[in-house]
Amino acid sequence: MDRIPILHLGDLLLVTIQVDMDDQLALQLEDDLGEAIVDHQAHGVLIDISAVELVDSFIGRMLGSIAAMARVLDAQTVVVGMQPAVAITLVDLGLSLPNVQTALDVDAGVRLLGGLWSRDRTTGG
Amino acid sequence: MPRSAQRSLASLVSDDRAGLLERWLELQQDAGFRSDLISAEDLRRDSSAFLDALAAALGSDGNVDIRAEAYEPVRGYLADLSRGRALAGFTPSETATFVMSLKEPLFHRASTLSKDDADQLRETTWQLTLLIDALAMFSTDAYLRTREEVIARQAQELLELSTPVVKLWEGVVAVPLIGTLDSARTQVVMESLLERIVATGSSLAIIDITGVPTVDTLVAQHLLKTVAAARLMGADCIISGIRPQIAQTIVHLGVELGDVVTKASLADAVRIALERTGYQVVRTSGA
Repeated sequence: MDRIPILHLGDLLLVTIQVDMDDQLALQLEDDLGEAIVDHQAHGVLIDISAVELVDSFIGRMLGSIAAMARVLDAQTVVVGMQPAVAITLVDLGLSLPNVQTALDVDAGVRLLGGLWSRDRTTGG
Repeated sequence: MPRSAQRSLASLVSDDRAGLLERWLELQQDAGFRSDLISAEDLRRDSSAFLDALAAALGSDGNVDIRAEAYEPVRGYLADLSRGRALAGFTPSETATFVMSLKEPLFHRASTLSKDDADQLRETTWQLTLLIDALAMFSTDAYLRTREEVIARQAQELLELSTPVVKLWEGVVAVPLIGTLDSARTQVVMESLLERIVATGSSLAIIDITGVPTVDTLVAQHLLKTVAAARLMGADCIISGIRPQIAQTIVHLGVELGDVVTKASLADAVRIALERTGYQVVRTSGA
């Protein structure tokens, strides 16, 4: 069965979704990501969906639950590169993903995670 | 319709065509001639050409159904004329008067021609009424169609004109909204804003609503949708240009703007945007 590859870069994980997600693939990704965060002790997850042109409410909710799961495992999730049409669709579906961080592209996402970590270190000690 | 009545209809128009034209022109002048929009020569030429077309149509089969094949030139001519008048700024009644004022001279001639035959006069009058009314309605339809085309085109132009997304600074775009926001316009604004965010790689977008006259719950909802969509793509939105009355309305309506940053003026929004992108504005000389 197809899987979405999870790349390991330092203490962050990069997931690039290049295919249109189906429900099975999304569930598999959630499982794999949970494993990977624990295995690599990752503190950040970047999900690049710039190649995704189609979403439904299930995939939208899945992004939210992946972020929530990662937070429980002490990792920040940033969704990057969402296409305008996808953003409009999600808003129309009523899924504005209030608990998910977003950034324009992978570069901005990495910087955003860097900022979050340095803040954590200064405040958390 | 009896054969004789058909013949008489055709002859009503074609016999003494000059006399008919003069009387018709006179009536058109009396009905309120728009000398500012059309010259007397043009009116004479239009009227004369229309009479020719009408005489030809009546002469070919004498039918008064203007949907018939024989009326094709009359319809075409009248449609062009009504269209021209709509564009020139005539009112609907002035346009309809062109055809309607032909009634009197035709009735007058009908009564002269068949003054001894009451039955034939009644029949001719009825047929003429049908014909002129149908032509007047056709003329009004053509007039309205032209006006509607103009309105539709203007609405489309307004839609495109009123939603420019401007790049304000490196990483900052702004969209000054002007006019009432409805669902269709919000969609256009949202799409063009999101596309510009991608194209310019901007992480901040300012939505300026100085030119939006009223904000009701629907408009607020549309704004919040745009903000939510931009956030999903990784860009923050600032809503600026909120006038005091609009702020009051928003509070009274109980609209929850959540954590959307709002500013009273575009200047404040620009200052915040520069700060967030790491710039500092310094005055170099005292003024």
